[in-house]
Amino acid sequence: MPELSLLGLALLSDYTLRTVALGSAALGITSGALGTFAVLRRQSLLGDAISHAALPGVALAFLLTGSKASLVLVVGAALAGFLATLLVIGVVSTTRIKYDTALGIVLSVFFGFGLVLLTLIQRRPDASQAGLDRFLFGQAAALLQSDLVTMGILGGAALLLMLLAWKELKLLAFDEDFGTSLGFPMRALDVLLTALLVVAIVIGLQTVGVVLMAAMVIAPAAAARQWTDRLGTLAALAAGFGAAAGVSGAVLSSETERLPTGPTIVLCATAIVLVSLLLAPRRGLVWRELRGRRDRRKLRLAAVLADLRALELQHPGDEHGHSAGVLSVMSGGAEASLLELHRRGLVKRLGPDAWTLTDAGRTETSR
Amino acid sequence: MTSGQIEIQVLAVVVAVACALPGTFLVLRRLALVSDAISHSILLGIVLGFFVVGNVNSPLLLVGAALVGLLTVVLVGMLQRTGLVREDAAIGLVFPALFSIGVILISRYADGVHLDIDAVLLGELAFAPFDRLVFWGWDWGPTALTVMGTILALNVAAILVFWKELKLSTFDPGLAVALGFAPALVQYGLMSLVSLTAVGAFDAVGSILVVALMIAPPATAYLLTDGLGRLLGLAAGFGAASALAGYWLAYLLDASIAGAMATMAGAFFGLAWLLAPERGLLAAARRRARQRLEFAQTMLAIHLANHEGRPEAEIESRVGHLGEHLRWDADFATRIVGGAARRGLVVERGGSLELTPRGRELAADAVAR
Repeated sequence: MPELSLLGLALLSDYTLRTVALGSAALGITSGALGTFAVLRRQSLLGDAISHAALPGVALAFLLTGSKASLVLVVGAALAGFLATLLVIGVVSTTRIKYDTALGIVLSVFFGFGLVLLTLIQRRPDASQAGLDRFLFGQAAALLQSDLVTMGILGGAALLLMLLAWKELKLLAFDEDFGTSLGFPMRALDVLLTALLVVAIVIGLQTVGVVLMAAMVIAPAAAARQWTDRLGTLAALAAGFGAAAGVSGAVLSSETERLPTGPTIVLCATAIVLVSLLLAPRRGLVWRELRGRRDRRKLRLAAVLADLRALELQHPGDEHGHSAGVLSVMSGGAEASLLELHRRGLVKRLGPDAWTLTDAGRTETSR
Repeated sequence: MTSGQIEIQVLAVVVAVACALPGTFLVLRRLALVSDAISHSILLGIVLGFFVVGNVNSPLLLVGAALVGLLTVVLVGMLQRTGLVREDAAIGLVFPALFSIGVILISRYADGVHLDIDAVLLGELAFAPFDRLVFWGWDWGPTALTVMGTILALNVAAILVFWKELKLSTFDPGLAVALGFAPALVQYGLMSLVSLTAVGAFDAVGSILVVALMIAPPATAYLLTDGLGRLLGLAAGFGAASALAGYWLAYLLDASIAGAMATMAGAFFGLAWLLAPERGLLAAARRRARQRLEFAQTMLAIHLANHEGRPEAEIESRVGHLGEHLRWDADFATRIVGGAARRGLVVERGGSLELTPRGRELAADAVAR
């Protein structure tokens, strides 16, 4: 594959491309691994709320400090995202408003407020807002080495904390009540996990953008879920898928004119999901369809055999053939099944259209 | 106010009310985030429609976009029925994908046309008056106003005509099936309304604001009232109020109108959350405090009734003794005794408490229950 090795060479030599690829890999790994928990806990769309809610945080951080350093903006984003989560929890636990509505309100209101702030910044005389826009749809090509350091440290810390609290988080994901009964501080763990998710999301914002970051939380985990039933494998696989989607999308977009990064990464992730949904062994739709066909055929064969046996019992005495037509009336579509059974030596032909069981067939029906 | 300003405000109110009506049903049916999904994915519909029709102002574009919105719901349903992903994940997989395709198509093939992503995502209400509907040599006002007015009328008509179907399938889908209504049909009908409204509003105010206007005003109303009719009315009212307040906030700050409207919708929700007469945080806190006092007064009455007429009554009914027996600190005990005396449950004679007939009745009643 000459193209791939060319790409490999380019990755090694081109500074921008390397930065982009590393940054997107970091974002994919973190959001993939932590997204696993969000998806398992049916909180997939919390990621959507957090990422939209980060916008006013980014804008406020810039308004207050005047700095566009990614660490400052990311901290602002994280605080806003965390506040948004707390508000969602607060609304749900103190009113009769349901989770989805609370998410919808927080998501849209925070984002709207973020827009107000962005337009305010735009109208400032120094007009230095250029660069905040990329938080909407992401711009991988604008990643700097210093951004990489921020992303790496934050993402690494989040993953490390996740590994340290692995057992407890597993309990949280699968049996929260059991965890409480064992004396684990499940509420604190819930807050911790949310905080980690917030970190995973905000470090991806510069690359993917607030509008689409949610997909990077959901898609890798949803894809990985099709391949395994074990949490450890699931998180690792999701991280891998996330990295693959991130790198391929970011590289594609920075190598192609007018191909926005966020949407490209999201489509790469979607492609991984589609392949997984179709092809994953056991759960995949293709395998399921094949298995269904095999089972249906097996049932049809068994039905014809059973019918033949029933007819045989109704006509004791001499060997007596029965036509495919009669059998079709009993179970439908018997011709093909008879030929297959004949091939297997379970039925035999007494005349052109007269079938009866062989000894082997008789044994088969009495099993 | 210039006529342009008035037109923008009228349009904002019409958009807000048109969104709040179907939004109320989304909130009640726990489908709030479907508005998020639809409002994003219709971007793809608008782009595809634009490629086919070649004109951003064609009504065919609206229909095409609304169909893609409906397609989102269908895809989410299909994905969910495979049993491989849950509903929340299914929503989160479908709309980012459709939205991404839309964004990529725009930036690659529709550059320079009046279809830029910022306008589509964020909306720009301020430009609406410039696009006017003119025929038969007459200026009929902004095109967006005609479109949204039609959609609003359609929403009102659909809700009135299918009132009992919507109501029944929202509150008791099981009964709706049993009675022979078709909840699935109602569901898709509602989704068509949501989709069409989102498309119309999208052009004027952008996709995220559609979510804010569909969800926040109905949720605010939901904190304040019961009853579907009142809920719809109040939701429309809050929508209109958010629209007007948002317009003036944006005017004062010179900021995005759409964003300011969403902010005000959120502010109204926050106020209702805090101050709602029965369900607000303040009302709940006050109710809890009152219940705590009432409970303590009842405890006091039971305590006194228990020892009344017994040899130990002399000691047990002293105010200073309550701290030991009921584990109240002195301040709290004084407050409770004062409150109980005001309610006429006890009288204090020389530092010792005595039940009134009413207090005795309360104690007997509380114990019997």
